[in-house]
Amino acid sequence: MAGQKQKKKDAAPRIALKGICRSFPGIVANDDVTMSVAPGEIHALVGENGAGKSTLVKMLYGVLKPDAGQIYWDGEPVTIDSPKTARYLGIGMVFQHFSLFEAMTVLENIALGLDEPVPRRRLESRIRDILHTYNLPLDPRRAVHTLSAGERQRIEIVRALLLRPKLLIMDEPTSVLTPQEIEHLFKTLRRISEEGCSILYISHKLEEVKRLCDSATILRAGRKVAKCNPGKTSARKLAEMMIGSELKDVARQATAPSRKREVRLSVEGLSLAPSSLFGTPLAEIAFSVQAGEIFGIAGIAGNGQNELFAALSGERPCAPGVIRIGGISAGDKSPSSRRALGLCALPEERNGHAAVPSFTLWENLVLTGRRTLALTSAGLIRRRRARRFSGEVISRFDVRTTGVDAEASSLSGGNLQKFVLGREIAQNPRILVVAQPTWGVDAGAAVTVRQAIADLAAAGTAIVLISQDLDELLLLADTVAVINQGRLTEMGPAATVSVERIGMLMGGIHGEPAVVTPA
Amino acid sequence: MKIAIVPRLKPSRLIFWFGPVLAVLATMIVGTLVFAALGINGLKAVETIFLEPVLNPQRWQDLGVKAAPMLIIACGLAYGFRANVWNIGAEGQYIAGAIAGTGVALLADGSLPGSPLPLMCFAGVLGGMAWAALPALLRTRFRVNEILVTLMLTYVAIQLLFYLTRGPWRDPNGFNFPQTRLFEAAESLPIVVPGTVIHLGVPLALVIALVMWIVMQRTTVGFAGRTVGLAPHAALYGGFRNDRVVWFSLMLSGGLAGLAGIFEAAGPFGQLTPQFGVGYGFAAIIVAFLGRLNPLGIVLGALVLAISIVGGEIAQTRLGVPNAAIGVFQAMMLFFLLAVDVFVSNRLVFERDENA
Repeated sequence: MAGQKQKKKDAAPRIALKGICRSFPGIVANDDVTMSVAPGEIHALVGENGAGKSTLVKMLYGVLKPDAGQIYWDGEPVTIDSPKTARYLGIGMVFQHFSLFEAMTVLENIALGLDEPVPRRRLESRIRDILHTYNLPLDPRRAVHTLSAGERQRIEIVRALLLRPKLLIMDEPTSVLTPQEIEHLFKTLRRISEEGCSILYISHKLEEVKRLCDSATILRAGRKVAKCNPGKTSARKLAEMMIGSELKDVARQATAPSRKREVRLSVEGLSLAPSSLFGTPLAEIAFSVQAGEIFGIAGIAGNGQNELFAALSGERPCAPGVIRIGGISAGDKSPSSRRALGLCALPEERNGHAAVPSFTLWENLVLTGRRTLALTSAGLIRRRRARRFSGEVISRFDVRTTGVDAEASSLSGGNLQKFVLGREIAQNPRILVVAQPTWGVDAGAAVTVRQAIADLAAAGTAIVLISQDLDELLLLADTVAVINQGRLTEMGPAATVSVERIGMLMGGIHGEPAVVTPA
Repeated sequence: MKIAIVPRLKPSRLIFWFGPVLAVLATMIVGTLVFAALGINGLKAVETIFLEPVLNPQRWQDLGVKAAPMLIIACGLAYGFRANVWNIGAEGQYIAGAIAGTGVALLADGSLPGSPLPLMCFAGVLGGMAWAALPALLRTRFRVNEILVTLMLTYVAIQLLFYLTRGPWRDPNGFNFPQTRLFEAAESLPIVVPGTVIHLGVPLALVIALVMWIVMQRTTVGFAGRTVGLAPHAALYGGFRNDRVVWFSLMLSGGLAGLAGIFEAAGPFGQLTPQFGVGYGFAAIIVAFLGRLNPLGIVLGALVLAISIVGGEIAQTRLGVPNAAIGVFQAMMLFFLLAVDVFVSNRLVFERDENA
């Protein structure tokens, strides 16, 4: 088999796309995309959210059909009309969001995903072979809900490798991993590629692409804008090709020292039962944030961030003394009362949580600003005032939209995020709690959002920044703490903590320390 | 050739507003066929049901009187439906309101110094609210589905009506007929257009629709209801309490249904009889959806349903169309409306087969 691969290597690329086009009502997702991946090559597909990466990959995996263009597999023209065809050809895919049954074991989950049933015992021995060959620590008999994100991802990788793929597609694989888990994943991927399997690696994290990939195709607005060697191109250059313009730096101004002493928010002994079956309970969380301070909370998604956000924003009340806003007991206060005390919050999920998708922008301003911005009087909504304020938020934060009457759902992730963040900032918060502010946001908007948070802190607001993005935390935060399994561990000035240390804490007891490689 | 339903980029405003018209037209066409299958002249029947009440000025007062209770009830329901609170037991609250209001009239029995009417109406509202309070309590306290509770309480209200009209409240001078005594003039809704049956409840229904439009579109309470219905998570984040919206929805719809009930008892009926519940509470659900849960649209929706009821009565006497056929008619309207609604956010495309 290896010999066969060797022969093909010179003959034809593993997969080649010629002039692929695909449009959806109102947008052209892919426009004349031509690219190829050589056998054994790790090829990056980079681009911002909405650049057309997912659409392109869905066509490769047979989930969508191209409107025009041709796909070549080992030099032969092919039509991939279903994921089953793709798997038959030898295309494996690891999706960004895992499709696993929490209550079942690893083995059962893998067995369920197979096109043809394999006897349980033979399947288990094959899985153990793969785990051994690629040095993947994972126990096939363990129930999925006890596993970390990294371990869950390994299930998906094993599932793909069982079919002996010749092309493995990885869709944003590192978004839920700790730095150590990422390191381990890269080793696995290199090992896989050495055996002749091509890897198409989809990401918008450019440092990773530089470290891992042999070549990269850059997409912007559905079109291929460049092909390059990421090892020889700077991350900044890559980013600029991605967004099509120059990238600005975030400037973090120091807060005037005189303002820094006043404690704005303090949390003590915050414990909370999980809100859902697979939620995370909070245990004895304690911290305090001063005026002008950005308090960063790192952690992998699902370690209690949602519960912590709900407790801080007031969506889930707790005992009065547990949360103090400017010295006032506020644990039992509603979100509206907390806003009146100066605590504004901005959740991770924009559509359906931070904003009502089918409401207009000005109605979404009324959602949280109705008291703080005096948008109602005698029970009536002051529409003109709400529209005027919305217009101000739109122009101040450079929100690209048709106007205050645009529905929230019509905005891109980045623009909606700029609007909802602007909405909170317009209320002059004394404390701002913000979760994953740049999640799914394009690079240009991310800079705007981060700059706005930095400016707000400089103006004296105390900020709690819950983020999975370590780079973001190290860029913005004054103090960093890590949340793992609902516990807040080890906090210290951002300047003194190392990425490795944070990474280990993020993995905590949930990940497995055995994976940690000595630096 | 392949026909596919694909999502629209933006919901179609045109279909949103003309959907109800399409639904009524489709009902007329299919209705013609259904009546023909029953061995009746279908065209004639549909013409009698839909056109006769509109073309004959003699019937207009009937339309107003039939539309008013449905309009009042539907306005209350619409608020709750937008907030995902599904009160489908307005019929029970309507009966409960009539019972409470009638109770005041029978208890006072002419002994009150002024007109007993305002007190009767107040009691009617409270009666409807009380009937809706139980589902509200069960839902907010124990997460019991309000759809089942409101519906089942309707049958309790009907049994209560039977008991009262046949037992304690039966008119002593009524030759043993199961009915209360007739209301005195002071206890009845005044006629506002002399020489017709149009009572005070008809113009008041229009005023209620206008007020409800303002409440739903322009006030914080209306905003809260819409937010809870569209994005409960965002509503919580925005500081709206779901339980409060549930209570408000049920109190509003129950209260308005109760008011409609006492209006009807103190208006066209003039007394309570076991046949008091004629289904306005259920028809109002169709009215609310025909009117797009918008009080101004509901005015038109109530008119359409009133036409079908008045026309149905004519068809019944003139053509021998069974009463149940009118119910089928109204149900068809709702079903066609729901079907048309698919095309508000989707559209049909005719795709040529790629292999052809």
